[in-house]
Amino acid sequence: MKNYEKTGILSTKDFILPTKKQLKKGVAILECVQKIPCNPCVDSCPVGAISMKDINSLPVVDFDKCIACGKCVGACPGLAIFVVKIKEDKGLVTLPYEFLPVPSVGEQVSVLDREGKNQGEGIVQKVIKNGKTIIVTVEVDKDLIMDVRNIRVKI
Amino acid sequence: MYFRSGESFLRIKKHPIIEFRDQKRIQFYYNNKKKVGYTGDSIGSALHALDIKHLTTSLVYDSARGFFCGIGKCSSCLMKVNGIPNVRTCIAPLKADIHVETQDKLADLPDAEFKNISKKKIDVDILVVGGGPAGMCASVEAARQGAKVLLVDENQHIGGQLIKQTHMFFGSKNERAGTRGIQIAKDLEEEIKDFEKNSKINLMLDSTLIGYYEGEKNRYRFGVVKRIDYDSKLYDVCCKSVILCCGAMEDMLLFPGNALPGVYGAGGVQTLMNVYGIKPGKNVVMVGAGNVGLIVSYQLLQAGVHVDRVIEAMPFIGGYHVHAAKLRRCGVPIFTSYSIKEVYGDGKVEGCVVVRLDKNWRPVKGSEEKISCDTVCLAVGLTPSIRILSQIDVRIKFIPEAGGYIALHDENMQTTVNGVYVAGDSSGIEEASTAMIEGKIAGVSSALHLGYNKEEGKKLRKQYVGDLKRLRLGPFGEKSRVAKEKISNVLEAKK
Ligand code: SF4
Ligand code: SF4
Repeated sequence: MKNYEKTGILSTKDFILPTKKQLKKGVAILECVQKIPCNPCVDSCPVGAISMKDINSLPVVDFDKCIACGKCVGACPGLAIFVVKIKEDKGLVTLPYEFLPVPSVGEQVSVLDREGKNQGEGIVQKVIKNGKTIIVTVEVDKDLIMDVRNIRVKI
Repeated sequence: MYFRSGESFLRIKKHPIIEFRDQKRIQFYYNNKKKVGYTGDSIGSALHALDIKHLTTSLVYDSARGFFCGIGKCSSCLMKVNGIPNVRTCIAPLKADIHVETQDKLADLPDAEFKNISKKKIDVDILVVGGGPAGMCASVEAARQGAKVLLVDENQHIGGQLIKQTHMFFGSKNERAGTRGIQIAKDLEEEIKDFEKNSKINLMLDSTLIGYYEGEKNRYRFGVVKRIDYDSKLYDVCCKSVILCCGAMEDMLLFPGNALPGVYGAGGVQTLMNVYGIKPGKNVVMVGAGNVGLIVSYQLLQAGVHVDRVIEAMPFIGGYHVHAAKLRRCGVPIFTSYSIKEVYGDGKVEGCVVVRLDKNWRPVKGSEEKISCDTVCLAVGLTPSIRILSQIDVRIKFIPEAGGYIALHDENMQTTVNGVYVAGDSSGIEEASTAMIEGKIAGVSSALHLGYNKEEGKKLRKQYVGDLKRLRLGPFGEKSRVAKEKISNVLEAKK
């Protein structure tokens, strides 16, 4: 049994990691590790970077093809897709967000890891409201881009 | 964004996904005291918003009981309304000036004379029972083939459990993946309304199928009661074919305190939150980490309710990892190999005791932990609703992988009785996406049975059967595959 089947928490060993070069360009990380019957991520990608053998197999991202546009983040019903990017000495994480209040650009928010633990502060860079799942890009320490997966807006 | 009025701390004011519209205040009486609820409330939800959770009294013990399932299936919310006993207050709509009273255990039933009561006759091609995902799709599909359909549902709203599914669905484009269940319900309702305009579908809400009766040759005959403002109208429905999509009922677990008000089925809580806009309480312990338990926990967070933890008796999380991950990154812990030992409280839930299980599922002594909470949600499985099916004399069999007793059926969703079809959870517990395809198959099959659109229908059905098989191919479809295989084996042996 995989550890995440007990805990619900993935480790970076559970999925393929992009190279440094790919991270600089920005890539989508699909934290979708079980064969569930689902494929909207494939249809959502404008450059065909996500592929799947059939609906019950795992989605695979071609990191070189991916243009880090974030379209797949809002299309995934499992809220399992994140876009990560390294920009100089900072890191950017784009994540799906379905809570209130909705943060605004420039706002300081708490950033949380896969266990909901506070990993410090981040600055909201971008907020896309297209439907009810809001797509938030937050700037964090560049070493945290593989850990930060949620935000908490300060009330 | 609409802001919902209402002074109760239990009414959800703002929600990230659902737009609750401002409703009109309605005055009613609860044990002769004036109370206020809102249009759209059921009696049960209005009382709940007022923090009145003790609705009835246990028949065996002298203890308080509140509603469990919220969809009219468990009868733990029976009250007297305008003098009528045993009203299922969780689904009965709140109306102005009604008198709601707690009844003393087994109520005295009023005298009634049914002999000369007038009943209206309805003759129709196809009767569809249950307006959830399966029943809506079955009705639309059958009407599209040219058949005349009567769709009967006991709730005020059409949509079954779809109207509380605020998350996006999985699947492919054909199953409308990425769309929220609440939106799918709205779209299907629109399609039904279009068919209503040219009288292809006749929708009867607030109506309960009360039984199956002998009809003329090649006809099925059912009694249907429609409720209009606490008055009932009786219908004598004759049809050439019937599709039963009666859904399922949430399972109970045995432990001391399981009947206390504040112990709910997870689906009951979902109804309360997402249909009526009312929180179950402030702090929840969720029992069961299957998809239902995980999804409802996440939706509790979205409604602004604290979820203390999710416990799961199995040594692993049964639901999709993506659902578990959503909860975990919000800080909600999931404890596997844990069970609930008891719920305690004086007339309502004040807390619970959880316990760790060893390899053999036995409680580990000394591992008990007391958690203070006001709500315990059970998400421990569902049982298909098959009462009417058993009256029609179709062959019923116990198939554990399907969730219990179900009507045997073939690939085209026909039972062992010609012209009688099943679809959705009442044909075996699965997901809403599979229920919708099953509904489509049953709808086409039923229309084909009556001779409508033979060539096209057969092609369409073949396509749907293929879609369904594909969805069940993965590891999470194994249970359904085993269930369906067992069913076809029994049918083969019979031949
Ligand atoms: S981020 Fe854009 S380009 Fe990259 S996989 Fe997602 S949709 Fe495709
Ligand atoms: S849309 Fe999301 S959940 Fe579905 S397969 Fe793609 S990554 Fe997985």
